[in-house]
Amino acid sequence: MTQTIPGADGVGPIFGRRDPDARGYFGEYGGRYVPETLVAPIEALEVAYLEARRDEAFKRELAALLVDYVGRPTPLYEARRLSAAAGGARIFLKREDLAHTGAHKINNALGQALLARRMGKRRVVAETGAGQHGVATATVCALLDLTCAVYMGTEDMARQALNVFRMRLLGAEVRAVDAGSRTLKDAINEAMRDWVTNVADTYYLLGSVLGPHPYPLMVREFQSCIGREARRQILTAAGRLPDAVVACVGGGSNALGIFDAFLPDQDVRLVGVEAGGEAIVAGRHAARFAGGLAGILQGTRSYVLQDADGNIQRTHSVSAGLDYASVGPEHAWLHDLGRAEYSWVTDAAALGAFETLARLEGILPALESAHALAYAADLARTLGPAAVVLVNLSGRGDKDVQTVQAALDGGRP
Amino acid sequence: MTEGRDSRIDATFKRLRAAGRTGLVTFVSAGDPSLPRSADVLRALDRAGADVLEVGVPFSDPLADGPEIQRASERALAAGATLSGVLAMIAGVRADIAAPIVLFTYANPVARMGLEAFARRAADAGVDGVLALDLPIEEAGDLRATLAARGLDTIFLLSPTTTTERIRQAAALGRGFLYGISRLGVTGVRDRVADDARALAARVRAVTAMPLAIGFGISRPEHVAEVGAWADAAVVGSGLVRVIAEYGGRPDLLDRVADYVKWLKSEGTRAPV
Repeated sequence: MTQTIPGADGVGPIFGRRDPDARGYFGEYGGRYVPETLVAPIEALEVAYLEARRDEAFKRELAALLVDYVGRPTPLYEARRLSAAAGGARIFLKREDLAHTGAHKINNALGQALLARRMGKRRVVAETGAGQHGVATATVCALLDLTCAVYMGTEDMARQALNVFRMRLLGAEVRAVDAGSRTLKDAINEAMRDWVTNVADTYYLLGSVLGPHPYPLMVREFQSCIGREARRQILTAAGRLPDAVVACVGGGSNALGIFDAFLPDQDVRLVGVEAGGEAIVAGRHAARFAGGLAGILQGTRSYVLQDADGNIQRTHSVSAGLDYASVGPEHAWLHDLGRAEYSWVTDAAALGAFETLARLEGILPALESAHALAYAADLARTLGPAAVVLVNLSGRGDKDVQTVQAALDGGRP
Repeated sequence: MTEGRDSRIDATFKRLRAAGRTGLVTFVSAGDPSLPRSADVLRALDRAGADVLEVGVPFSDPLADGPEIQRASERALAAGATLSGVLAMIAGVRADIAAPIVLFTYANPVARMGLEAFARRAADAGVDGVLALDLPIEEAGDLRATLAARGLDTIFLLSPTTTTERIRQAAALGRGFLYGISRLGVTGVRDRVADDARALAARVRAVTAMPLAIGFGISRPEHVAEVGAWADAAVVGSGLVRVIAEYGGRPDLLDRVADYVKWLKSEGTRAPV
């Protein structure tokens, strides 16, 4: 039975287009580096996911919620004043900041929560860095009547206090993680410890294209709705494909979500922008492709910021969502293939882009997305007025207002 | 170090079975409170009668470990311990110690050193076996082959969630002994041995005669005795790490460690620490 959902035409993920190999590898990256206890549950998750993505009823329910609940398709907006100020290419923004809960994270959280329910799991655990994934997970757990615990580093809880409050309002329990660097990496460790302990009734709702297979595949596919819409929208708005697609990369889910539809378009440059922090000096940034080496962290093999003894380096970024020592394995693969390119932007440049977008377009971008905007403005200048640049505006910046205020009051971090 | 079929680990478990005795496997986080002190602790454990010594390589992100071993890892890293340093420490104590030494590590420090260099240096240091917590069978092929070429055993973990088919694979690919996790979850001290452990041991026994050690949550002599009823050995980790955390800076550390081992081996006596 095929049934059309009003408004859902062309909305929803693209499934099954580019799977990793049977062991979950994209080239030499990915895999399943987990403690033995998690092997069987992850195999069960893989089977359940592969079944779900073939199931028309599952896809229909997801697409309907993406339209009615999330508000998809999100708009494509031409930022004319920003383009003029940058002095070059036409800059278009894919407005994921307008999705329900204020970021792209809801696309994945919704898909996985439906999967959790389908698998009969009544309890969900998640990690969060900037808090957007935690908020998205708390939201879909409220919607689907699932118990929700979100792990968050105490450093991130301090700089994203608003999102902590939002999660609690949504009925989630926020569990403080006071280990290591007290950021996203440590929250993932703790979420995995919870999962390995409560694996019988608990679903781990990982928020980015990270972790053991099938998470990198699954999260990218749930986020692929972004690129699917954006490609169609820009063909309509600009009459052609963009010269470049630019997105920030923490774990890299918003970037893969928008890159996905453009991968076959060999003339479209795909640019991932990492956090340059204060400078590309060990411990002061999170630019994995600038300072990392292949390594194994939290279930997957990818580029990792690490020291000579294989311990994971501290990272720094003004944006909690980019402040992570590794990157999704599919990005590592695209990097080595040369199909995507990766650059970085400093804290100061991201803060500048935050202010610029606010003043010129009346949009407060998430500090994560501000990294992509800063890079895109420079790129637009380089490419010139005949070019078209598409930026994934992955989230809104309300959560960052205090951080930005402190930076402006106290000088640049 | 290649000694033909009978590795030091094989010989130990044969001897335990012949004597009808429950083996005691001890775990310490190397470098807590310092590498020289860890060397002393290993000697003390061996003298006190530990049958196999597991030496934990500290790692920045020990996601399979509970709070005791996490904190020990942090202290060891802060004191400057590295995989290189741990191997050098083992090389220094090997001649003083009769028990086999098993390195307990996460994958990344080993990957960073390089498998070949790691296997060579571990063999030179007198390491007998290696267990990598986040390298399940599917990801451990290269490590296993590289270690085997140097005569080192690769030890695999089994969990209550491990299927019988995977138990068979672990027995076929692993060497030395199998390490059964007594419960779902991370390492840590618990009041009692989980019922899951006995069921796992029965499933293992049904498919292989390979020696079986049971760990996670074992910290008292009655736990060791209980495990001895259906496995070859019990692994005590967090309980010992806790003793070292408490007495690490004190002159009587080695006495307290020895007392703890003796207590573990003598069901029914009072707690010495």
